[in-house]
Amino acid sequence: MKYSYYPGCTLRTKAKDLDAYARASAKALGFELEEIENWQCCGGVYPLGSDEIATKLSSVRALNEAKEKGQDLVTLCSACHHVIKRVNDDMRNVEDIRTRANNYMQLDEPYAGETNVLHYLEVLRDRVGFDELKKKVVNPLKGRKIGAYYGCLLLRPSTVLAFDDPENPQIIEDFIRAIGAEPVVYPYRNECCGGYISLKEKEMSGRMSCNIVDSAAGAGAEMLITACPLCMYNLNKSGSGKIPVYYFTELLAEALGVKEEALK
Amino acid sequence: MQRIGVFVCHCGSNIAATVDVKKVVEMVSHEPGVVHAEDYQYMCSEVGQAKIIEAIREKHLTGLVVCSCSPRMHETTFRKTAERAGLNPYMVEIANIREHCSWIHKNMEEATEKAVILARAAIAKVNLDAPLFPGESRVTKRALVIGGGIAGIQTALDIADAGYEVDIVEKTPSIGGRMSQLDKTFPTLDCSACILTPKMVEASANEKIHLYTYSEVEKVSGFVGDFTVDIRKKARSVDMSKCTGCGVCQEKCPSRKTPSEFNRGLNTRSAIYTPFAQAIPNVPVIDREACIKFKTGKCGLCQKVCQAGAIDYEQKDEIVTEKYGAIVVATGFDTIKLDKYDEYAYSQSKDVITSLELERIMNAAGPTKGHLERLSDGKHPKNMVFIQCVGSRCSDKRGKSYCSKICCMYTAKHAMLIRDKYPDVNVTVFYIDVRTPGKNFDEFYRRAVEDYGVNYIKGQVGKVMPQPNGQLLVQGVDLLDNKQILMEADMVVLATAIEPNADVRRIATMLTASIDTNNFLTEAHAKLRPVESPTAGVFLSGVCQGPKDIPETVAQAGAAAVKAIGLLAKDKLMTNPCTAKSDELLCNGCSQCANVCPYGAISYETKLINDHGIREDRRVAVVNSALCQGCGACTVTCPSGAMDLQGFANRQILAEVDAICR
Repeated sequence: MKYSYYPGCTLRTKAKDLDAYARASAKALGFELEEIENWQCCGGVYPLGSDEIATKLSSVRALNEAKEKGQDLVTLCSACHHVIKRVNDDMRNVEDIRTRANNYMQLDEPYAGETNVLHYLEVLRDRVGFDELKKKVVNPLKGRKIGAYYGCLLLRPSTVLAFDDPENPQIIEDFIRAIGAEPVVYPYRNECCGGYISLKEKEMSGRMSCNIVDSAAGAGAEMLITACPLCMYNLNKSGSGKIPVYYFTELLAEALGVKEEALK
Repeated sequence: MQRIGVFVCHCGSNIAATVDVKKVVEMVSHEPGVVHAEDYQYMCSEVGQAKIIEAIREKHLTGLVVCSCSPRMHETTFRKTAERAGLNPYMVEIANIREHCSWIHKNMEEATEKAVILARAAIAKVNLDAPLFPGESRVTKRALVIGGGIAGIQTALDIADAGYEVDIVEKTPSIGGRMSQLDKTFPTLDCSACILTPKMVEASANEKIHLYTYSEVEKVSGFVGDFTVDIRKKARSVDMSKCTGCGVCQEKCPSRKTPSEFNRGLNTRSAIYTPFAQAIPNVPVIDREACIKFKTGKCGLCQKVCQAGAIDYEQKDEIVTEKYGAIVVATGFDTIKLDKYDEYAYSQSKDVITSLELERIMNAAGPTKGHLERLSDGKHPKNMVFIQCVGSRCSDKRGKSYCSKICCMYTAKHAMLIRDKYPDVNVTVFYIDVRTPGKNFDEFYRRAVEDYGVNYIKGQVGKVMPQPNGQLLVQGVDLLDNKQILMEADMVVLATAIEPNADVRRIATMLTASIDTNNFLTEAHAKLRPVESPTAGVFLSGVCQGPKDIPETVAQAGAAAVKAIGLLAKDKLMTNPCTAKSDELLCNGCSQCANVCPYGAISYETKLINDHGIREDRRVAVVNSALCQGCGACTVTCPSGAMDLQGFANRQILAEVDAICR
């Protein structure tokens, strides 16, 4: 199976390993991530201004390129996924945005939200299947107690993201089980880490991140996993430091036995 | 040619603000057949009706068109007016220029044009109208009440009191409904069982009332005054005539793992069971899904211990067919499922419960024998948090848009009862608004706050977090203080929204009674006919029509009974003469009309037909006008054009279309 793949800027700089482990794991699992050409930064934040069109265009370009190839578009970074999925929803459902974006883009055929946007975790759940993943695990992470950290970008707004139940998500817990480890459910797993507020109000984001890490550690988690470079940054920089934070792809690569070669 | 009068109603400003009524009068007065046209502010008023009568007499009118509201509202009114002036009532047509025109349009010019077109269509139809004469149908002097909760019981008692036979069909093994699950009732705090069980006994002892418990309505046919209903009596596996209600079978039954429906799944029951000790009838049923005998063939213990020999594993479902003049729906409610509200951790912690579950916990006959305790560890709680409006007044799709109406009061009741019995428990209530309209209701709520020290916080809870130590952490907001709140609780109680019973859609479909988007049954008129369904002969009692508390339910149950009694008191009903009629000369006896008739009103006879001098025996369709409901399905199916609907003849409909397209 071949997917269009949108890595995003952070995966080229701070979060190179998130990307590398994902690609190596994809290979091991038998699906291909074909990076789209000339992708541009998604902007990092979904633009809420209803009259703002320019900041949505990079997403539309990526989406249209996937459409032209007839492929689903896979994302990995939570922020990119959030922005692209929401812009896609706008293109599908908001006539004004669709018209103005297409007027600007002058594509051969107008884009109307045809592309299916999938997060890497959704590929694992819905396309590969966690049962199938479990069969391909060569190095089950037995005995490891892992807290899933969802953050907010993957879950909300749930009507658009349609990722999982925003109040009681299961997908990362199911993933943890599939790689042979034990999920630890803790109440703050779907709370916000503070996001970009850490640049302006360090103290507030510190409090929010501490709550998350302490809550997970208190529930018995030995580590946290996340899909989001910004969450990773906040939890590590501003959290209490009680337990380490990893990208979920790192543990996936480890379980599939491709961790070493991923970083070569 | 008819002599037609057209009467255009202003309906105050309802029509006149959007439709130029004077212009409508001017435009229609030139239509063929129209000899009189006028407008008036309220055509349905006495003065308005007098104008119509005067015009009929003075201008010798033979047909009327009233341009006004929907015929559902005032067609009967104007038909009676015509009748008083000596005109056949079926010579009246309504042009609906309110619901179909003024209410839905803004532009006066366009709305006026549309009103004229609608009037023209009605005039074209009246031109082809012929006088029709209703027949008579009999009234079966027996009522059916669907649902055996407090609403159904009260309705049945009132109907029986007037001297009519009434049957209650209840799907669970006992009558009593939701009210039997409640501990105490607001605002007087009398024990629910103490006021309900005497009524249950009264209903079962009343010789005019017949109970079908553990039974469901399977099929409804017929019409007002003459319904035929199939009732499925589910196999109880216990002979009701032999059982003494001793209860030994329930004690000995080895299958005890089924969650008790009556106790909201908080404990378990045996496979042979009565839902609660005061059940009526006091005859158990065997839950065949849970029974070891039915699952494996081995066991049969209940049969061995039953002294009366009442256990009957061979019993089968039985269908009883009964005739009724009136049907009252009293199907009640349930609480919504909370799977979309996981922020309150209902699925994650045993100590997060619904208010109905708390009723069972507080009840002396409940799973904890009335002791307030945590279901996780049996410990006595120190801090309790109540959350209001869980799923009610919800703007997104996961909840209900309406106010469930009873929650503010029962939460105040719970808070007060707990503070009274256990003064050591701190009680906090999070609310959006406290709504207490009702006699002695606000006083009741203020007592909870002022005399019992219940801590009311205006604001909603965002999250309930189960902690590793078993405590619950409640994260909310105090809107009056403008601050976030994080408090520990031992138990959290959710005032869960109520919704109509899941069966109501099936029942409404059988009765052809309409329901709204929330599955509440619709009234014939929201203000003026609140206990009648738009379907004649069907009445509404209790929460199936909309959220309400016990006093309101009982009041509505009585009102529904009065309406049913009013119907049963009549010996004959006028039937609708707008029924189908077959032209024997055109009919080729193909049977297609009979195949589509939903009422079984069409049969075939072989008749000697004289077709322009050719005399021969032909098989032709015959319509039983007592059964025909005038739906028109046969008229559009008939390939030879033999079938026609009186009052809605094919050529009348086409004349209307022509008038609209002119």
